[in-house]
Amino acid sequence: MAKANNDVVITGVGIVTCQGVGAAAHVEILGGAGAPALKIETERFAPYPVHPMPEIDWNQQIPKRGDQRQMENWQRLGVFTAGLALDDAGFKDDADACGTMDMIVAAGGGERDIAVDSLIVDEGLKRNDRERLLNEKLTTELRPTLFLAQLSNLLAGNISIVHKVTGSSRTFMGEEAAGISAIETAFHRIRSGQSTHTLVGSALVAERQDVILLYEAIGAHATGGWTPLWSRDEKAGGGIVTGTAAAFLVLESRAHAEARGARIYATIDAIGGDRGPRDEGRLEARLERLAEGAAAGAGTVVFSGASGQHGPTAREKAWLDTRFAGSPVRGFSAVTGQALEAQFPLGLAIAALTLGAGVKVAPFDAAAEAAMTAAAKSAVVTTVGHGRGEGVAILSAEK
Amino acid sequence: MTKAAYRDHLGRPIVAVTGMGVITSLGQGLKDNWTALVGGVSGIHGITRFPVDGLNTRISGTVDFIELPVENPVERSYAYARETADEALAQAGLSGDFGGPLFLAAPPIEPDWRDRFALADRAPPSQRPGDAYDRFLAVLREKAEPALHEAWAFGAISERLADRFGTRGLPVTLSTACASGATAIQLGVEAIRQGRTDRALTIGTDGSVTAEALIRFALLSALSTQNDPPTRASKPFSKDRDGFVIAEGAATLVLESLESAVARGAKVLGILKGCGEKADHFHRTRSSPDGGPAIATIRAALEDAGIDESGIGYINAHGTSTPENDKMEYLSMSTVFGDTLANIPVSSNKSMIGHTLTAAGAVEAVFSIQTMLTGTLPPTINYANPDPAIVLDVVPNVKRDARVSAVLSNSFGFGGQNASLVMTAEPA
Repeated sequence: MAKANNDVVITGVGIVTCQGVGAAAHVEILGGAGAPALKIETERFAPYPVHPMPEIDWNQQIPKRGDQRQMENWQRLGVFTAGLALDDAGFKDDADACGTMDMIVAAGGGERDIAVDSLIVDEGLKRNDRERLLNEKLTTELRPTLFLAQLSNLLAGNISIVHKVTGSSRTFMGEEAAGISAIETAFHRIRSGQSTHTLVGSALVAERQDVILLYEAIGAHATGGWTPLWSRDEKAGGGIVTGTAAAFLVLESRAHAEARGARIYATIDAIGGDRGPRDEGRLEARLERLAEGAAAGAGTVVFSGASGQHGPTAREKAWLDTRFAGSPVRGFSAVTGQALEAQFPLGLAIAALTLGAGVKVAPFDAAAEAAMTAAAKSAVVTTVGHGRGEGVAILSAEK
Repeated sequence: MTKAAYRDHLGRPIVAVTGMGVITSLGQGLKDNWTALVGGVSGIHGITRFPVDGLNTRISGTVDFIELPVENPVERSYAYARETADEALAQAGLSGDFGGPLFLAAPPIEPDWRDRFALADRAPPSQRPGDAYDRFLAVLREKAEPALHEAWAFGAISERLADRFGTRGLPVTLSTACASGATAIQLGVEAIRQGRTDRALTIGTDGSVTAEALIRFALLSALSTQNDPPTRASKPFSKDRDGFVIAEGAATLVLESLESAVARGAKVLGILKGCGEKADHFHRTRSSPDGGPAIATIRAALEDAGIDESGIGYINAHGTSTPENDKMEYLSMSTVFGDTLANIPVSSNKSMIGHTLTAAGAVEAVFSIQTMLTGTLPPTINYANPDPAIVLDVVPNVKRDARVSAVLSNSFGFGGQNASLVMTAEPA
């Protein structure tokens, strides 16, 4: 594709998964000789396996203890990873650039106080005036700061406070679709000249019973031990293994990036999202339309965000095998876990690092995924939401 | 009209408003709301939805007249949005699939306590303190409850709206706190300017007044405790203001490129001329003491609209009635408009409807356009004791007839959120 000044290019990647912290660590893992080592926690949330948060030194990106104390882990992880992206793009201490930088964050809600919730429902079992009980307990037990730690838009708010990103601040909600729309919106704003540089991303702390609860309302979370993504045990829960992960990208117009001599990982050529009923081939039809224009074959690597959920995962795999015949597929949830709002940004981060470094990514699941014979020229990222929503992005390498 | 007449000062498609719908505690529909609003009627009342024993704040502007299949904030927020979208689309003369994107400002709703209690009733007994979620999960492993998933998933409201109205693509559900409604409109304007669509459905809705929501805001000392009489509690720009009154509502605006609106013979109600935003890094709940971000937001909206300070004839203030907001909003307005601010009427709808939170920016955009359409400025009621540090023409207590051709509407929120909209009456 011919280069244009309003191309949307990725110039910064902040990434945290169970595999480690930061772009360099992930390039090393992606370029490794074999599949990354399995990082799974099966005890703490038993019977639910989750990919855990890696060791993080919050001080590296959130220097003030006071700021750290105002947040719980979900906001900390997002703010930390946003800082990594700014660092990686060379914007970290550039007050002018951050002061004019746009921001879109895909967010769920923050941690509930499980102890207080438990206290209230246990007391409620003994009383028949539960509404009065709620008033009593919430008034005395809730910590005022926890409200702010729960508010969806306060992840973005804390990024503004800690990193001084203040051009604009928008928070999108709605599970996987929020992550898709966040990048899609940032893409179109830059393409049309409404923005020159945008920070976009999301974070999920999967090690939260209030998060697992959402999946379990439709019986979607896997139980027991970890099994491979493309062959999840049908008898052990709903197939999804969640993972604590965060991904933030710095997107710029090519003109803006080149004017400052920025390193460009990849160009986003196209991106789209859609939704609707999935029966009677409608899911496949939407994916087909969203993937229009993407080349198949050995030069294209597909980073599938398939969640592992029984049903949609097999259907996506069957569709990929046809539409992208000859392209190596990497189901990244096998390595990182499924990251809800952060899933699509995470896929783009992995694709950008892969294209930028020109690495050949070894199969994550050798039984189901083919080897890469050469570095990829382009990448396709998919996300099929666990309840609704689908997104596809098409990226190309810079050289 | 020539093609150039459909483009703004920067060559972008001009964005028209062709349909509006609104619900607040004052009633359902633009007609009833407007009659009450210009009549200086307050919709604030004592809370009856849940017991208020022991609470310092016992008043709100809840919407208590919409039928719901199940009582919870998701159903409420959906129902308000649906009703206002029906009204707006009817006014716009659009039926069948909408065919453009949906931008929905919706509250970040925590799971409802009734659901937790219901799960606990069915769960095995507690084995140790703090194990309620282990027990909830055990219940759901036994039998999944998709209805709970829809009550907990943030994408559920826009999903239902997208199906009902046949909007295109992935709907965006957003939260920029108390600026959310304005942000939804801004996203719609941007999509039309990008040329990606000729029309966008923009909705702000909030049906989230529950005991927990009320208590959380109360713990931040954000709410008025002047419970008696409820109608007098919200007193923006008054000396004795002591917090906002939490409220519910929704509004929908049908946005269209002016060209497509004219082409299909739609009535143009107003023009969404400019949008501005700027985030604040000062504090989680307080704004920069110098008002810098709010000032930059208003200036950005004016610049985007291509008009200068002298072009604004009326300001629909954020005007929450908190000590902090009203002071800072005045500082920012007086910095931008200087001495001419004295000649610009500035009123706060929140004096009558309270703070509809996520919906506020959309509700107040509808009222801003209605102000231009009717030539009537709604008053700021309860203005008996002016704050001497805030020298404004607040249209005190009684409506005023005035022809206005350009309105500024401000929205500011927790988390450093600031958004302003400029709306005009005529295609400029």
